[in-house]
Amino acid sequence: MKKQLLVAAIENGTVIDHIPSEKLFAVVNLLHLDQMTSAVTIGYNLESQELGKKSIIKMADKFFTDEELNQLAVICPNLTLCIIRDYEIAEKRTVTLPDELRGIVRCTNPKCITNNEPMHTHFHTIEGQRLRCHYCNTVISLDDVRLVEKA
Amino acid sequence: MRATIVYPSKKKYLWHAKIIMNLSDMEKRSLVTIADHSREKIEYLIQMAQEFEKHPNRHLLEGKVVATLFFEPSTRTRLSFETAANRLGARVIGFADPKVTSGTKGETLKDTIMMVSNYADIIVMRHYLEGAARYASEIAPVPIVNAGDGANQHPSQTMLDLYTIYQTQGTLDNLDIFLVGDLKYGRTVHSMLNAMYHFNPTFHFIAPEELAMPEMYKQFCRQHGIRYVEHTDFNADVISGADILYMTRVQRERFTDLMEYERVKDRYLLKLDMLSKARPNMKILHPLPRVNEIEYSIDDNPHAYYFEQARNGLYARQALLCDALGITLDEVRKDKSII
Ligand SMILES: [Zn+2]
Repeated sequence: MKKQLLVAAIENGTVIDHIPSEKLFAVVNLLHLDQMTSAVTIGYNLESQELGKKSIIKMADKFFTDEELNQLAVICPNLTLCIIRDYEIAEKRTVTLPDELRGIVRCTNPKCITNNEPMHTHFHTIEGQRLRCHYCNTVISLDDVRLVEKA
Repeated sequence: MRATIVYPSKKKYLWHAKIIMNLSDMEKRSLVTIADHSREKIEYLIQMAQEFEKHPNRHLLEGKVVATLFFEPSTRTRLSFETAANRLGARVIGFADPKVTSGTKGETLKDTIMMVSNYADIIVMRHYLEGAARYASEIAPVPIVNAGDGANQHPSQTMLDLYTIYQTQGTLDNLDIFLVGDLKYGRTVHSMLNAMYHFNPTFHFIAPEELAMPEMYKQFCRQHGIRYVEHTDFNADVISGADILYMTRVQRERFTDLMEYERVKDRYLLKLDMLSKARPNMKILHPLPRVNEIEYSIDDNPHAYYFEQARNGLYARQALLCDALGITLDEVRKDKSII
């Protein structure tokens, strides 16, 4: 049986493919997709040869800054994105973990000032592997990252 | 005014963090951690403290108001800072007990800091939350001096320790520094690693296994070429190679296994007869308060130096206050306001 395209193509915008399904909603939150006004198509639990189940997000007429996209590396280190222009893939991009993350990741130390004061968290990346809290110096492995809950 | 500072050497920083920050003028003058200081800056502050040791009483800070905000009680540290301010002619406002602050009424740290910044030229702050001083330094329009933030940093203690080491050894370079007791939770010993790595030390870590130096600090040593030796035994032979013997308390509440505590609690007590093989220049330091980890008969021994160390806290804190207020070493040396 011929495979069908489950999600419709877009004319212009951004496509994030091969998202591990368990990470989909974290990606949705991080990119604030709930606040978008243009068309967003989300495919959840699609069959994938590499990942078993994968998810995909297509956002029409939406282009992100490098800074916005690189935040995704915190939850999906090897994510690939396609920038679509005129139905064609104009550019393929992989995300890279930025040197600093502000307001994205929660500090795991309950005695950290960021967990007790209305303020943004701030982390520094160490050797692309771990994060160090700018305030309390707690070091978090990328596997243990929890994101800041949006109000 | 904000300026972008790109530090040339990331070797200066713990964890190899690549730090490119926007620092305000006040953030630069604030003291949050000794890890922010270069070798030159540490030597500069030691020289300034030497001036205050010669002449502690001055009018140098006349007209200034120093606020001491202690969100967590610490009588010793507060008295030392307040004495430092008073002996330089500053006036002191603040609180010593968190119950009198409005923090309990739900006021944020930011609001308290902004309010006090209207009254004071500088804020000395002790807080039970880690990172509180860094945050305060980012938001306050006046400099912040960290007087301890939870288990994180206590840079004025580190500064007085460094001053004492310099005073007793005549140098900070190439020393054999022995750290004894609780090396797992002891923030003074961790700060010591951060500060001393500029000076090519050799460390000896003497601790029970349960309170051993954490792996991340040993990793820091390896990354920065600091030699270290670990011991679980504590006796005359082990400490015979020490220039500095830095004692800390082994506290019962730090143990998950109380049997283990009972087994090791007396093993890290310093007794007079253990000093028989000590180097002549060896000095015993302790951040105080002491309970029983240094035998009282040692107090009169020439190796004992912990009371002098505590007194150095005054000179070190006088230097830290002046530096944060923008007073230079040159100005301190030319100061005509000595009483
Ligand atoms: Zn933190």
